Amino acid sequence: MDGWLAFSALGLLAISLFTLHQAFGQNLVGAPEQYVQRQALYGLVGVTGMIAVSRIDYSRFRELRVGIYTFLCASIFAVFAFGVAARGSTNSLELPFFTFQPAEPGKLLLILALAGFVIDGARKGSAGQRTIRILALGLVPTGLVLLQDLGTSLVFAAITFAIMVAAGVRWSHLAAIGGVLAVFIAIVLVALPAAGAPVLKEYQQERLTSFLSPSSDIGDAGYQQNQAKVGIGAGGTTGRGDQATQSRFGFVPERHTDFIFAVVAERYGFVGAALVLSLFALLFWRALRLMTLSKNFYGTLVAAGIAAAIIFQVFVNVGMNLGIMPITGIPLPLMSYGGSAIIATFLMIGVLQSIHIESHAAQRGPWID
Amino acid sequence: MRIEPVIPKPKKKRTLVSRRVAVIGGIGLVLLGVLFFRLWSLQIVTGDKYLAEANQNRTREVRVPAPRGRILDREGNVLVDNRTSMALQLDPIELPSETPERRELFTRIGEVIGKSPEWVRRKVRDEITGNPEGSPITLVQDVDDDIVYYLQEHQANFPEVQVNRIFVRKYPQGILAAHILGSIGEVTAEDLEENPEKDLAAGDTLGKTGIEQTYDDVLRGSPGDTRLQVDSTGRIVSQLPSTMPEPGDSVRLSLDQDVQAAGEASLQSIGLNGAFVAMDVNSGEVLGLASNPTFDPEIFTRPLTQKQVDDLYDEDLGAPLFDRAIGGQYAVGSIFKPITALAGLDAGLITPSTVINDTGTISIADQDFDNAGKQPHGPVDLRRSLEVSSDVYYYLLGADMNGTRQLQTWAGNFGLGKATGIDIPGESEGLVPTPKWLNEAHQEEPEYYDPWVIGQNIQFAIGQGYFQASPLQMAVAYAALGNGGNVLKPQLMLQTEDAAGRVVSETEPIVTGHAPIDPADRRVIMEGLNDAAQSPEGTSYQVFGGFPVKVAGKTGTAERTGEADQAWYAVLAPYPDPEIAVVVTVEEGGFGADTAAPVALQVLQAYFDKQAKPVSGGTGSVE
Repeated sequence: MDGWLAFSALGLLAISLFTLHQAFGQNLVGAPEQYVQRQALYGLVGVTGMIAVSRIDYSRFRELRVGIYTFLCASIFAVFAFGVAARGSTNSLELPFFTFQPAEPGKLLLILALAGFVIDGARKGSAGQRTIRILALGLVPTGLVLLQDLGTSLVFAAITFAIMVAAGVRWSHLAAIGGVLAVFIAIVLVALPAAGAPVLKEYQQERLTSFLSPSSDIGDAGYQQNQAKVGIGAGGTTGRGDQATQSRFGFVPERHTDFIFAVVAERYGFVGAALVLSLFALLFWRALRLMTLSKNFYGTLVAAGIAAAIIFQVFVNVGMNLGIMPITGIPLPLMSYGGSAIIATFLMIGVLQSIHIESHAAQRGPWID
Repeated sequence: MRIEPVIPKPKKKRTLVSRRVAVIGGIGLVLLGVLFFRLWSLQIVTGDKYLAEANQNRTREVRVPAPRGRILDREGNVLVDNRTSMALQLDPIELPSETPERRELFTRIGEVIGKSPEWVRRKVRDEITGNPEGSPITLVQDVDDDIVYYLQEHQANFPEVQVNRIFVRKYPQGILAAHILGSIGEVTAEDLEENPEKDLAAGDTLGKTGIEQTYDDVLRGSPGDTRLQVDSTGRIVSQLPSTMPEPGDSVRLSLDQDVQAAGEASLQSIGLNGAFVAMDVNSGEVLGLASNPTFDPEIFTRPLTQKQVDDLYDEDLGAPLFDRAIGGQYAVGSIFKPITALAGLDAGLITPSTVINDTGTISIADQDFDNAGKQPHGPVDLRRSLEVSSDVYYYLLGADMNGTRQLQTWAGNFGLGKATGIDIPGESEGLVPTPKWLNEAHQEEPEYYDPWVIGQNIQFAIGQGYFQASPLQMAVAYAALGNGGNVLKPQLMLQTEDAAGRVVSETEPIVTGHAPIDPADRRVIMEGLNDAAQSPEGTSYQVFGGFPVKVAGKTGTAERTGEADQAWYAVLAPYPDPEIAVVVTVEEGGFGADTAAPVALQVLQAYFDKQAKPVSGGTGSVE
């Protein structure tokens, strides 16, 4: 096991639990520790899952890539068929005791399958064909998820991009893709609405663009985001503790999920918020390190996908809290309250641990020891 | 000088990987760097500005209470209404955590309202205990106007104090129907936990007893929200768009204010503990229901003193809070006899013409069973047995049905021994004694219970012994006798109405059981009851002999150990096709005709006075 990796993940979970306890202990009438208890349970399941996955040789997943990919697409379709709406998006399945979001473990499944396909096709066709093949395989689930939840599909896209970079896709190809994407965004957000044919619903567009012009109008998405920013700023160097009125009195929206970073930053100040970011930086560094240590190229690609998935979510979520990214509903890994995300992220860490364990076994080799 | 690696690596792949790692790592580092920089700029560079802005944001959503629905009698007379009251409240979040600051606050507030800091401290403590977190602390209700004005002018000095308009129940009819109406109170932590579906919040009010409790969902309405932004001095900076509160629906009861008032006044004039129930025999609608002594529901609109609480439960004062009409469990005496007669007829032990020679006393199993005062009634048939209330006639039936369960079955047919299901809480189930039950009780507690002997069934036959029922249960049983056998669920709610008076829902009669009464048998029993009330030799002739409406009524005089006899009266009117059943009991009231029957008379008087008025369009025959 990679001790630093485990330390950073468990440290973030611990900060999450501590914050939920301190910030909500008094406010939830009837069941004051409800969030803490459930989050701790999710954490326990996640850590158990992490340990179990770390014992499996991750290379096995490569053999299962077609099955994994099929299951991924099927689970996204299941949401279309049986999904329940939560907070404006239909992205969950209602299970007994639990609302399950298939897109959360879907991130890991996409990484495992896509990396497998890359290796598979490494020697087939021209460079251009290879690029298009990876791109297509990544964009199918990304597109499906886009219809349910914009934030998750962005994560899928980031994963696809990272794996392409790690796989050695030519810079010229990447540049071309980037250009097409920029044009596409410009059309969806600017050109089509201007032409009177909006693609996004009004509230979606508002959420995406409101951070550019914080509004003082209550009820606006921009107002809430601005309140989170005010709370973070008010936290100052060492935080406001129980005087953290912004998060305590509900000015900060979705305090236990999407905006938990704002709660940490207001209560514990720059010290606490920087600690959280540092732990993510540590986690990211350990994942990058595994890209070079991995015993095979499949492990390198998987580590790249996981590293990108986590750091991208951190950037979008914390950026949203800080008022520099739009509201997309992406949770902060290992911190936001929510079972699907917590467990899925720990499973990702588990795969990283497996890459670590396998690389050491390979380096020692069969003759030493 | 470079050291060559020991293990040769596939060079091309490694360079590729490290270059690509560098790219991904570089992008990640830039992203993290942006976050760090932004965080630093928000918190360290401009933190003070945001802190000031956060301090401007002082208050959050304020719940605007909805007025509760009114409670009306069947004709629309208002029994429970609302009034507004100015309440001086503290937001618990604004309470300083440090003792010296608290003391300073309590002193400051105490000076305004003319109380000592200690009084304020106790009041705050009492209000906090038992109430869920976040409930406003009400210091004074019905604050004088001059204090309200003073506080508004000096708001800056009292940022913690709010003067809020709250709704308080008011009772235009005074103490009328106090037991039925019930009271409301602030939600407790348990209320919140037990009713997650109700959208309750700390500081809301909730029906705690009576109709207020049963129909709380109808009456409560839904509160509105106002979002107030208050600056650090407590001044409201802006009041933001809010949802309006929706007033609760009104509940129209089946109760008739005049019938209710007549029964209550009559019971009070006797001055003994007692109760009455008046019920529509065909629909189960409760027209009147009261328990004496009673209380003023108004007292629950303010914090109760300990003495008030003690008095409400004080046995010596008759435990005024206790609703004897539905919760009292008593031996009912001779008003039970029609049920014994129906059981005997059904069992084939007697026919309406069977004659028994009543010598005033009878000896069964070496034990003497006497009529009241051992008075002999001579040869009696069924009709006569009811008219003069012969005990011997029923002792014999009780003895013959011992061990056959026929008497118990017929008591059950009339809904006795189980709750009637009336729509207010606090009902008792009563008790229909069986050998099995008593023998088991004897096994468990031999010091309290003797085993079953024939005497138990003999006592049961005249509504004595272990048999117990509430006045309400007896009213339901008599209503079933009156309507030919349908046991109805007694219902107080007639309909619910929205704020504009439109009917939202109506109550339908609910039949909960059926007593298979032979119509011919019923006719004879009704004749006997009519004789008992209105023929010169009848037991309650002195009361009902001159009543203009024909009635069928039965006296009861229940013996209670250690106390004077309990008076009962059960009556159906008009005879022979009754509309209304009235049951009255007076603890220690002696002979049924002396105290209970006069109350029933007053109730019927009020009922038929109303029927006589052409506007009401009643069908009651008035002669």
